[in-house]
Amino acid sequence: MNRRESLKAIGIATVTTALIDACKPAVKQNTEIATTTDTTGRQPFEAKRDKKLQEEKFFGAHEMATITVLVDIIIPKDERSGSATDAKVPEFIEFIVKDEPEHQLPMRGGLRWLDVQCLNKYNNDFKSCTPAQQTEMITAIAYPSLATPEMQPGVAFFNKIRDLTAIGFFTSKMGIDDLGYKGNTPNQWKGVPQEILKQYGLENV
Amino acid sequence: MGDIQLKKSGEVHEVVVIGSGAGGGMTAYVLANAGIKVLMLEAGPFFDPAKDSMQLKWPYESLRRGGNATRPMGDFDAAYGGWEIEGEPYIQNGNTKFEWFRAKMLGGRTNHWARISLRMGPKDFKCKDAYGVGDNWPITYDEIKPYYDKVDHLIGVYGTNEGLENDPDGIFLPAPPPRLNELFVEKAAKSVGINVIAGRGSVLTAALPGNKDRGQCFYCGQCGRSCKVYGDFSASSCLVIPAMKTGNLTVITNAVAREIITDNNGVATGVSYVSKDDMQEYVVNAKLVVLAAGTCESARLLLNSKTAQHQNGLSNSSSVVGKYLHDSTQAGGAVILPQLLNRPRFNEDGVGSLHLYAPWWLDNKKLDFPRGYHLEIFGGMMMPGYGGYFGFEGSIVPMLNGYIPDAAGKMKPGGGFGKSLKDDYRRFYGTLAGFGCHGVDVAKETNYCEIDNSVVDKYGIPVLRFNYQWGSDEIRQAKHMNETTQVVLKQMGGIPLLAPASDANNWGLSNPGKGIHEVGTARMGDDAKTSAVNKYGQSHDCKNLFVTDGAVFTQQAEKNPTWTILALSMRTAEYILDQKKRQNI
Repeated sequence: MNRRESLKAIGIATVTTALIDACKPAVKQNTEIATTTDTTGRQPFEAKRDKKLQEEKFFGAHEMATITVLVDIIIPKDERSGSATDAKVPEFIEFIVKDEPEHQLPMRGGLRWLDVQCLNKYNNDFKSCTPAQQTEMITAIAYPSLATPEMQPGVAFFNKIRDLTAIGFFTSKMGIDDLGYKGNTPNQWKGVPQEILKQYGLENV
Repeated sequence: MGDIQLKKSGEVHEVVVIGSGAGGGMTAYVLANAGIKVLMLEAGPFFDPAKDSMQLKWPYESLRRGGNATRPMGDFDAAYGGWEIEGEPYIQNGNTKFEWFRAKMLGGRTNHWARISLRMGPKDFKCKDAYGVGDNWPITYDEIKPYYDKVDHLIGVYGTNEGLENDPDGIFLPAPPPRLNELFVEKAAKSVGINVIAGRGSVLTAALPGNKDRGQCFYCGQCGRSCKVYGDFSASSCLVIPAMKTGNLTVITNAVAREIITDNNGVATGVSYVSKDDMQEYVVNAKLVVLAAGTCESARLLLNSKTAQHQNGLSNSSSVVGKYLHDSTQAGGAVILPQLLNRPRFNEDGVGSLHLYAPWWLDNKKLDFPRGYHLEIFGGMMMPGYGGYFGFEGSIVPMLNGYIPDAAGKMKPGGGFGKSLKDDYRRFYGTLAGFGCHGVDVAKETNYCEIDNSVVDKYGIPVLRFNYQWGSDEIRQAKHMNETTQVVLKQMGGIPLLAPASDANNWGLSNPGKGIHEVGTARMGDDAKTSAVNKYGQSHDCKNLFVTDGAVFTQQAEKNPTWTILALSMRTAEYILDQKKRQNI
């Protein structure tokens, strides 16, 4: 079977069409959050587990509202792409803490720690603070090498939510487009383009 | 009658094969194509990459974005199983830290392996003579070469002919060119005298002559998910499913072998198994039994098949079954290349196997350890994913951004948030490169698996207990790996992602088992007192029992074992045909 026949076998007519399709703006299905309808290759226990986790709820309304504010502070909208909430990052975080329960306690406790800090300092929970107060609070926990010892619980919490936010954002359709990843599509790999080899002085390696 | 029944059929099969991975798959393929009726038992479900692969799915098509909650190598990885399987435990003796990866499915671990396909060399088969350690195999490279050639033709492997003494050439398809990041590693390695050559992998970079059932690679780089067009080697797609099409192979899936049954004369008469489908107990009869359940499962089955004639377990009058368990050694390192910040974007998925590798390049006479290792080079703009980009440079961007000036040329403290952090994720994307070192562990009698009679799995089968310590040769080798790593990474001029190793952590040596190259538990040899099977994989004690998986290895080389398992199992299958013709078995 040659490459053309290979692609036919998986339902792609030719490489050219596939590449043209890949360059079109996003149109099709709900691309930010997966649904469990496609069980291709899933083991029965996995499909069952996925369904169960989706039916459960971990975070309460106040926690979700706080997460929603936090993720957009971490990844805001800019000229190139939308914000973390645009990419449905809070929904991803709600799922992943059920999927990987080791995040649950640090997330729940961390959110509470943050609210208590803000109550003491600004007489408000975090999400009700002014944007300037929120920025001041986050600045105190977002740079591990600069944070004071009493801010360490916040540093640990922020490291975690920052990671989960970045994962949720950059693995969404929006985030992948933002990064400029060009693969995951049938093609002919001929090596690094000549002009790029030249740019890095690697023509003769 | 109770709920559990023992179901025996009167039918006697020509051959029963236990296991459907590289060894079992090849044995069944050769026998079925020669007209022998074969019955195969597979402990897991049916798996056909054409239907079941998750190739070309995007991370957002996974609830966990590719995360590893149920599959240790990520949500799209093809392996059903992992380091731990619920209800099927294994025990570590003392401070042993052996890690055992199992895939319970048609084709076993070959559905997700890295397809790195290396021949062992002449010195590897006579390692005692060449290096003074390990035991010589009972066969030479020249005896096995015709089978390596046939495997190359049948399955397909890319590479380049280099004329190296102990890294034999093959019948190669064109090798894929390297990715941008990999070229930085190649340049640095060559500058310190390491010979870097094209990788060797069983991926169809060109149509496989004479084969109409398998498609050519279309370079998605996702061999780990298994291939819908059969563009790479899995035992499911390339051996078992084609063998079923001959009409001579029947596969019973979800069949967990319990014991190999022998008669009063010590001859194998069949296999008992428990079906996961109905939880009933079955016995199938056979004139000949082929065992290929995977190195450790095969040892477990032999040791659990005790009778009056085989009190020590089957094929174990030598007491070597389970012993000489050995995996590859492995260590390595990676850097972020600042010169690649904001690098150009293009599709460089390439193949899901190896683009570049460095065969062992030094002379042991000048070193303080006896054998060697090779380098597997990696890097490139990988698909974002939890465990993909976010198993690599993505997850550490909030630290890395404290080491390199930002877009405006200013240093800032690591961490952060907002637009500047968002931009850092973009800048660092695709800047990682590195290599793994994969070497020889010299097989030792003192590294072994045995039955722990006090623990059974959920089917009531006694489980394995592991005893495994790295030796001083392996630790000195790892020290050398660490030195090589530091030298090459320094040449690359990047930010190292791992602290240099030390003797406190065995110089970065991974736990045994982690290489997933474990072999040697039913080693072959001419002497029935020191080996379990002869040079054809035939049991010394039980003439109608053959072993065709990694268990038969006398001594592994710094070569990933699959290609050798395929060559040896093909040779065993041809020997079975010959012996049947002569009516010797």
